[in-house]
Formats: sequence, C-alpha cells, structure tokens
Amino acid sequence: MNALIFSALSGVIMMYSGFVFKSNKAIRTLAHILLALVIVANLMELKGIAIFEVDTKGMLYFDKFALLFMLIANFCTLAFFILSSKDMERVGRSYSEYFALLFFIIAGIAIASSFKSLLMLFLGIEIISIPLYILTGTDKLNLKSNEASLKYFLLGAFSTGLMLMGIALVYGATGSFITSEMVVNPQFEVLLVIGMMLLLFSMAFKVSAAPFHFWTPDVYDGAPTVFTSFMSTIVKAAGFIAFLRLFDDVFSGIRPEWKILVAFITAITLFIGNITAVFQQSVKRMLAYSSISQAGFMMLAVYALNSDAKEGLLLYAAAYSIATIGIFAVLIKMKDYTFDGFNGLARQQPLIAATLVVFLLSLAGIPLTAGFLSKFYMLKATINAGGILLAIFAVLMAAVSVYYYFRLIQSMYFKEGNPIAIDISTEFRFTLVALAGVTILLGLFPNLITHWLYF
Amino acid sequence: MALFVIGIVGVLTRRNAIIIFMCIELMLNAVNLLLVAFSKMNNLANAANNPSAGSDGQLFVFFIMVVAAAEVAVGLSIIVMLYRNTHSVDVNFLNRLKH
Repeated sequence: MNALIFSALSGVIMMYSGFVFKSNKAIRTLAHILLALVIVANLMELKGIAIFEVDTKGMLYFDKFALLFMLIANFCTLAFFILSSKDMERVGRSYSEYFALLFFIIAGIAIASSFKSLLMLFLGIEIISIPLYILTGTDKLNLKSNEASLKYFLLGAFSTGLMLMGIALVYGATGSFITSEMVVNPQFEVLLVIGMMLLLFSMAFKVSAAPFHFWTPDVYDGAPTVFTSFMSTIVKAAGFIAFLRLFDDVFSGIRPEWKILVAFITAITLFIGNITAVFQQSVKRMLAYSSISQAGFMMLAVYALNSDAKEGLLLYAAAYSIATIGIFAVLIKMKDYTFDGFNGLARQQPLIAATLVVFLLSLAGIPLTAGFLSKFYMLKATINAGGILLAIFAVLMAAVSVYYYFRLIQSMYFKEGNPIAIDISTEFRFTLVALAGVTILLGLFPNLITHWLYF
Repeated sequence: MALFVIGIVGVLTRRNAIIIFMCIELMLNAVNLLLVAFSKMNNLANAANNPSAGSDGQLFVFFIMVVAAAEVAVGLSIIVMLYRNTHSVDVNFLNRLKH
C-alpha cells in the first residue's frame, strides 16, 4: 500500500517539477530520489512497518508475494533510471512528464500485482496501459512511432473490452467481484467458462502470448528504444503476476477446462517467438521476439500454479528484467541497431561487451546465471503439475534460443568492425557491471529472493 | 450481447481508425448494460429488504465510464497526431512497420 501511495504521489510531483526546475539534471535527480523513497517504503512494508494503514475493504491484499514482486519491479526501474534516463532527453522535450508517466505505471503495477477484486484488476491493467500508449507515441514526428502507438492503442483498447466482458460474465455467474467471496451459481456455469476464456484471451494479449502476439514486434520496434526497454521487461512481468493471481484465485476451481488451452498457448508462444527471432537482422526486433519466447516460459507458471511456479515467476521476472534492461541500455547507445552494428565491440569496449555476454547467457539459460535457475524452477513446476511433454518442448525451444543470443556474442567478439557507441560514462559502466554481478549472484544463490517469501 | 458483437465485428472489419474506436466504445457500453442487468438479477431475492443490494455492479459501471473517458482522451490525441503526419486516419497505413 505504501509503495502504491508513494509512487502515485511521486508521479504528481514529477508532473509539476517541469515548471519548477528548468534543468534536466535537476529533474533527473529528483526522479531518482523519489524512486529510492518508493523502494524504502516498499522494503519497510515487507518487513511489517507500515506508514499508512488504509482499509481497502478487501479489494487489495498486500501479501509477501505481491510486495516482493513490487520490490523487484521497483529495483529494476531504478536500474533502468540510472542506465537510461539520460537517453530520454533525446526522445522529446517533455522530460519531466516521461518520469511522471513511468511513476504512474509503477502505481498501476502495485495495484495489478495485489488485487483481490476484479475491479482492481481492471483499474490496475488500465493504469499500466494508458501511460504506455502515450510513451509509445512520444517520438511525435517519427511516423513509425505514431503507427506503433495507434496500433498499440487500438488493440489494447479492444482487449480491454474483451476483459471487461469477461469480468461482467464472471460477475453474472458468481455474484461478486471479490475473488474470495465468489460462489458459482450452478445454473450459470457456462457464463463462468465463457468469462474465463475472454479473460484468458485479453490477458494473453496484454502479456503478448501467441496467437495474440502480433502487435508486439511492431510496437516494440516503433516505440522509442528507452521506453521499449521499460515496457518489454517490468510491465510484461507485472502482467504475468496479475495473470497468475487471477487464475490462481478465481479459476482454480474449473482447472480442467482451461489447462489444455493454456498449454496450447504456451507451446505456440514458445514456438513462434523462438523460430521467428532466428531470422531477425535487427537486434531490437530480435529482442522483441525474444521477449515473446520468454513470455512463453513465464506462461509455464500459469500452467503449473504451484508454489514452485510462484517462486520461479518471481525469479524469472528479476532475471529477465535485469538482463533485458542491460542489453537495451547498451543498444540505446549504439548508432546502428543491426547485428552488424555490434561487430568488433569487444575490442573497442571490452568491459561492456563482457557484461553483455553475461546478460545474453542469462537470457539463454546457461548455468551460473539467474536465467538458468529461473528456467529450472519453471520446468520443475511444470513437471510437478504433470506437463512432461510441455517441459520437453520448452527445453528444445530454449536450445533454439541459444542460436540467436550467441549470434550477438559472435558478432561482438569474432568479427571486425567499427561500432559507433556514444556517450558512455563511468557511472554507466559501473551500473552495468553491478547488474551483471546481480545476475551471477542470483544464479548462485536464488534464495536471496525466494527466502523473502517466507520470512 | 448483440451490442458487443456489433462492436467486435466493427473493430475487425472497418478500416477507419475513428470508426474502430467508436466500435470499441460500443463494446464498453454493452458491458455496462450487462453489468447493471446482472447486478439486478443476482440480487432479486434480497432486493426487497436491502435496497442497496447489488450496488457493486452498478459502481463498476462508473469506473468503466471514467476509464473509458481517459482512454478517449489519449486515443483521440494519438489519432490527431497521426493525422497531422499522414493526413489520413486509415489503418492501412499501419502496415509500414512490417519489414
């Protein structure tokens, strides 16, 4: 609750800071301080110290799972701010408003990860989505950015409509929005099943699982790279947390009906994401497809729905967000977004190339990195839930993914070239190295995250 | 339900961004009507002794209206921005990103 209040307030403060401060540096510093405050409030609440006590009438429920995910999301946002907030200056003039929108998204994430009422689910998802439509279109004179934002908006609003219909049907069948008070009226069970399917489709849309993924590559490619970095990592992970909570709380009673459907969506997401990523020439587009394939892995958690899946999803969210934010942060500095643009980076910037290798290995799931253990947790949860075939298929697809991640390593280390990277400061290097360190540390000691769930 | 289906068919077949947008609004309004109907239906039994029974469904409608208004503000400004650059609101323009 406290993190939610603080992040919403920070959004409002950032909105007005544009009038008070004239220099971008002051605005940037203020944003960092506010985010640090949000993190402190979040940590205190996780330890049981609440600054505000608000009675939400059972609509929001901040358990350890939600608080821990909010902490991970806020930490990743801080990393994103330190690495990339300078590059937001190049997008447009309304610098402080970008920060305000990002803070509102964090508030939406807090709501979406802790809802107990379908009303809050709807509000949370919308508070996340609406600022994202704006951020996608911030590059106002670039036609690609315009198109991406219109496409994202129309499809996002459409899927919101589907979600609302699903919520209305579930309400009709159960007579309540609060997930713990739902009593299924046997007369209307068909309404519950149809509502479940509509909610499944709209959530799959929001987390870009196939066959509802078609907007993803275009939107991620068209949006300014700084904001692609944010929305393909933290926002996507938040979508999955909401997805998991929704199906755990509301629909675990009618599991046989949707289990096979989720398995199908997972398999097709893994397949399309990985196979298409192999053929990409641009690193940015490759990362968009790789985010689809990683979404397939996170879908395994929704399929399994046990305690392993919950721990695994938290770990996955952290591993995937950190690695992808790191890669995007370097990508933003490059002039040329194709694979050839990275040729010979290892000779020119050995330190940055080395951290990139750690991130790529983590995404591919090589041991000693956080990505390996999070994939391991997911597969373990899936096998415990009885999906051995699905787990085998996921491993095969992870093997495919190694190809396109290693292609980037190959072009950095084994090809000659003269990459143009701009504006790399020492603090940028330092943060990248720290993030790579966190990735390896989580790969060795995953308990660092998961033990917070129980103590 | 009929309104909702009209909305979906409209979104899938029309090519004008503003008409697609209107169809999405149609879907939302269908949901509003349905919510009010369900809130009455689920509480027929205890409506007599508790006049505020089922008010949660009706409150949800207000939330949908507010969020839809926010969405309209953002959506129309995106469409205006696109129109300034391309002088068209045809969604066939959106195919330029695919290559």
